[in-house]
Amino acid sequence: MPAEETFEHHDYDVVVIGAGGAGLRAAVAAHESGARTALICRSLLGKAHTVMAEGGIAAALGNLWPEDNWQVHFRDTMRGGKLLNHWRMAELHAKEAPERVYELEQWGALFDRTPAGKISQRDFGGHRYARLAHVGDRTGLEMIRALQQRAVSSGIDVFMELTVTDLLKDGDRVAGALAYWRESGRFVVFQAPAVVLATGGIGKSWKVTSNSWECTGDGHALALRAGATLLNMEFVQFHPTGMVWPLSVRGLLVTESVRGDGGVLRNSENKRFMFDYIPEFFKAETADNIEEADRWYEDKHNRRPPELLPRDEVARAINAEIKAGRGSPHGGVFLDIASRRTPEFIQRRLPSMYHQFKELADVDITKEPMEIGPTCHYAMGGVEVDPDTQASLVPGLYAAGEVAGGMHGANRLGGNSLSDLIVFGKRAGEYAAAYAKGLGAQRPRVNAADVSRAAEDALAPFGAGTAQENPYALHQELQETMQDLVGIIREEGEMRQALEKIASLQQRARNLSVEGNRSFNPGWHLALDLRNMLLVSQSVATAALERQESRGGHTRNDYPTTDPFWGKQNVVLALTGEAGQGPTTLAVKRQALPEPPPELAALLEDAH
Amino acid sequence: MSYDLTLRIWRGDANGGDFREYVVQAEEGQVVLDVVHRAQATVANDLAVRWNCKAGKCGSCSAEVNGYPRLMCMTRLSIFQPGETITITPLRTFPVIRDLVTDVSFNYERARQVPAFTPTAEQPRAPFTMFQPDVERSQEFRKCIECWLCQDTCHVIRDHEENKPAFAGPRFFIRYAELDMHPNDSLDRKKFVQDEQGLGYCNITKCCTDVCPEHIKITDNAIIPMKERVVDTKYDPIVRFLGRRKGTKA
Ligand code: SF4
Ligand code: SF4
Ligand code: FES
Repeated sequence: MPAEETFEHHDYDVVVIGAGGAGLRAAVAAHESGARTALICRSLLGKAHTVMAEGGIAAALGNLWPEDNWQVHFRDTMRGGKLLNHWRMAELHAKEAPERVYELEQWGALFDRTPAGKISQRDFGGHRYARLAHVGDRTGLEMIRALQQRAVSSGIDVFMELTVTDLLKDGDRVAGALAYWRESGRFVVFQAPAVVLATGGIGKSWKVTSNSWECTGDGHALALRAGATLLNMEFVQFHPTGMVWPLSVRGLLVTESVRGDGGVLRNSENKRFMFDYIPEFFKAETADNIEEADRWYEDKHNRRPPELLPRDEVARAINAEIKAGRGSPHGGVFLDIASRRTPEFIQRRLPSMYHQFKELADVDITKEPMEIGPTCHYAMGGVEVDPDTQASLVPGLYAAGEVAGGMHGANRLGGNSLSDLIVFGKRAGEYAAAYAKGLGAQRPRVNAADVSRAAEDALAPFGAGTAQENPYALHQELQETMQDLVGIIREEGEMRQALEKIASLQQRARNLSVEGNRSFNPGWHLALDLRNMLLVSQSVATAALERQESRGGHTRNDYPTTDPFWGKQNVVLALTGEAGQGPTTLAVKRQALPEPPPELAALLEDAH
Repeated sequence: MSYDLTLRIWRGDANGGDFREYVVQAEEGQVVLDVVHRAQATVANDLAVRWNCKAGKCGSCSAEVNGYPRLMCMTRLSIFQPGETITITPLRTFPVIRDLVTDVSFNYERARQVPAFTPTAEQPRAPFTMFQPDVERSQEFRKCIECWLCQDTCHVIRDHEENKPAFAGPRFFIRYAELDMHPNDSLDRKKFVQDEQGLGYCNITKCCTDVCPEHIKITDNAIIPMKERVVDTKYDPIVRFLGRRKGTKA
């Protein structure tokens, strides 16, 4: 019991939670700013979900197309996000991404090269020019290794396989965090005036997802419980191309580079159906015939193939084809690169896709088409932060990467995620360090009563009473609910149903019970993660019900078009009640979207 | 299409343990990690196992399947005979924490000892000019997903705890090779690899190469060239005088 247990204690200036790209970059930045920094990860170092990123890092280096620059990148990002992005974040991102990419090279990353010996760049959906710095199709691994090696060689303290259960506060301010070692189940108290959330995504609440078990929305939930707000949680990106067969790998990502490198989508009638789904908003920049589309790969003066429309458009089109009965045998559509590129080209450009299909599905992608379908991939919404400092509304609490909201608006472009991690990871780390330093002697203190209450909460599943619930079964019910009722296409009745179901799951989650002891006990870990998944799922459904329009990663059957009114509104959530046996309640607020200054707004007008 | 499958999984901790049999439902197209998860969700809720990506990309789910070091998420059930019992044990070279989870901190210690990439005086600041053929050799080694299967299988430390203080293992030999072949790195780590990291213990049996899920040619492309370079610097005054060559410069 926590009362008798003496907790391990640590004192830091900055604690970074999460060691994917954003967390690692934040920790390096905080450390280099002179802060005593701890980096906490739930897995071993270097295993975070960032390793799954395949395509590349979007940055206007201009190595292949000198016409490219930050203004074009800014415009592409804003348009891809259906203009709901925080303009300032999109601006900082487009301006700073190149320097952040070079920094990775400075630390040992080895990107693929152009013939002139510069960093090579590849085409991706929604980007006007070939813009993604990459290494084959394992760019995320390269990023994480470069950052990990930098962090390790600078001597940052890394706490591996440690899970944070609660943030601790002193009055209004963050004072630290409570965590447990996965190995022993023993608690650790961190005292730190600044905490950076870099916990990544929320995909594990859906059944078909590209996300790993770590993507349980911990940071979103920690932030809400600490009094911070979440922004635009309704926008969830369903990546158009996930594997659909075998069932064992359903949802696993098939990189967009397949399309960037020439792959096309076909239905069961062998038709390149994307030409039927070009929306008005992108007409001017999208090719409407096969000949022009195919010329684009070599000559960017042509318009882009419709297969490379932003992800939300492509996912909806695939969904519609499947619903219309023109799908593939296992309920997807076909992604074909075999008939369009040589086997040598495919193996060189897409080695891990080749490997993945060969080993997991017995499909040789140099000879046959792949079967693919949409998969839950990315949360555009997240913690509401200041665009420059990444500070949340809670003093001392910062967020960077997928857990933060605003940067990607209603839909994220491929390649903008990895660049987001390093641009805003660095900013979060630096500002967190500066904040901690600025406090001088006025540092917040962790309160012992909060610590033991949080520890007791965490141990509750061991002492559960009679009405016992199995965490695995509950998790499965949640995934089915979100998949069926809060998926790609949404409507009011279904979302109300989802909210009711989530409320009842939250009740039942109070009776979760686990067997075994605290040492490396996955049943217990899942029981604790479920708390967060339920709160995040509730946030998504609540925000999705509020936004009565269709835009980007939020499509309503009952409000099928974009609405100029909603184009100026953010949906902001705050937690109002989660005490004792009462229901978990969220306050919903509409908040005006900040307007870009005229010189940036002008960039958005020009359609081509 | 589903069928019953018998799993024999080692359960226990640092104080010892034993095999337990579980009969679980398996489906066509599944991998070993799927049925381990199935066991966990149904009959062994507290079964400890590491995994993240379930796609062979993170290197977390390493274990020994029927005695062979493998990634569980990339081991398809179809490679076994119908009705065959699948035996799963934790990596033998590292101390058990619980069930299939081992203490791999040895590797993180070794990682800390690597002298970091240090650019040359000619190109001290990125962007560097480097050409594809020159970065490719190091890129092969950067495919490493740190699954530690090569470390697990290497006989120098498998069942030879006493060699661990002197031997970094194949994963780190490719890391040193990667830095050595980096076209813009300036440090010479050869003496260090030989004297402090135990390159000399390796007698090029190639067992590490056989188990690498990334198909990195650890022995042929990293260890043997490193050994040759070490010999060159040690005994060959001419090579020493000319300096080592690191790819073509722009
Ligand atoms: S080749 Fe060397 S490093 Fe690899 S397994 Fe054999 S002895 Fe170990
Ligand atoms: S070299 Fe291969 S076997 Fe060794 S850790 Fe890396 S990926 Fe695993
Ligand atoms: S779970 Fe990532 S390699 Fe198996």
